[in-house]
Amino acid sequence: MNKNLVFALQQVVPVIFPYLFIGIAFGVLMDEAGYSVGWSFISGVFIYAGSMQIVMVSLLTAGASLGTIAMMTFFVNARHIFYGIAFIDTFRKMGWKYPYMVVTLTDEVYSILCAVNYPNDLEIKKVDFYITLILHLVWIFSCVAGALFGQLIPFDLAGIEFSATAFFVTVCMNQWQQMDSHLPAITGLISALVFYFILGPNQFILPALSVSVLALVLMKTKIHQTLTMAIDQ
Amino acid sequence: MNIDWKYTLAAIVVVVLVTVFTRALPFIFFGRKKALPETVTYLGMVLPAAIMIILVIFCLRNIGFTAFPYGLPELLAVGIVVIVQFFKKNVFLSIIAGTGLYMILIRMPFFMGA
Repeated sequence: MNKNLVFALQQVVPVIFPYLFIGIAFGVLMDEAGYSVGWSFISGVFIYAGSMQIVMVSLLTAGASLGTIAMMTFFVNARHIFYGIAFIDTFRKMGWKYPYMVVTLTDEVYSILCAVNYPNDLEIKKVDFYITLILHLVWIFSCVAGALFGQLIPFDLAGIEFSATAFFVTVCMNQWQQMDSHLPAITGLISALVFYFILGPNQFILPALSVSVLALVLMKTKIHQTLTMAIDQ
Repeated sequence: MNIDWKYTLAAIVVVVLVTVFTRALPFIFFGRKKALPETVTYLGMVLPAAIMIILVIFCLRNIGFTAFPYGLPELLAVGIVVIVQFFKKNVFLSIIAGTGLYMILIRMPFFMGA
């Protein structure tokens, strides 16, 4: 079997459970709201954004205007604006896969691509594509399975969505150990906490991300020195 | 229940377009440049560390710190993830330990406030 594919399959394991749980939750909500499985399927294929899909169900059942839906989508997903910056050079060299990689960059895909340590004998572009494709398929499966069978699940899975948070925590810790400057992580932590306590849970993420970008640009010389010194040694 | 399929389809198209827009924005800005501006390359290196921590806080944003159980199940579970990851350096083990503990804690009568 293709070794790039095998490696990609190993990398996606940490987020399989959150994907299944959130996708199934979405499918169940759609089913309960009276939408047939086809709607869950096209949402999973084309929207592919977990929290937004769940918000969308309540917007649909409330009959919200298209303008309201556009605004809500923007605010729920605006954090994604900051994700692509790290992958511009990698993705744009991927030919026909380039647009696909761009539009499927979810929280989970982003965190995995940030976390991968590529062995020397593998092709980065192929691994990235397989990771992205496998997770997209898992997501579509989860949305459809939720719509078809979600209400039949005999056990209470509440809490399994914490596995996404747990994975993100491990990514943070690995980055902390691998990076020679801890200023980027500390900047993110401080700005997130400050804006969380000022603006509350629903409004803090955009200011926190924007201020982090600004602060990191301002600290560029200092951080750059630390990074290049570490490379020189 | 009758589904207004035109409205539903239009709503989904709007969600798709706006979501794609947020994900594509950095590529629209910088994707066509021959050489990326130095600052963008630099941000690509340092920003993920900041974003991942913000994403963790984002996941934990709905914890009620002001009322019982003061987010204790989440904080204890994150604590276990940190400890297991620090000593064992095994991502799967850390996730299983943290998620398992969290699923047990939220089912304990003590934390349910009963």
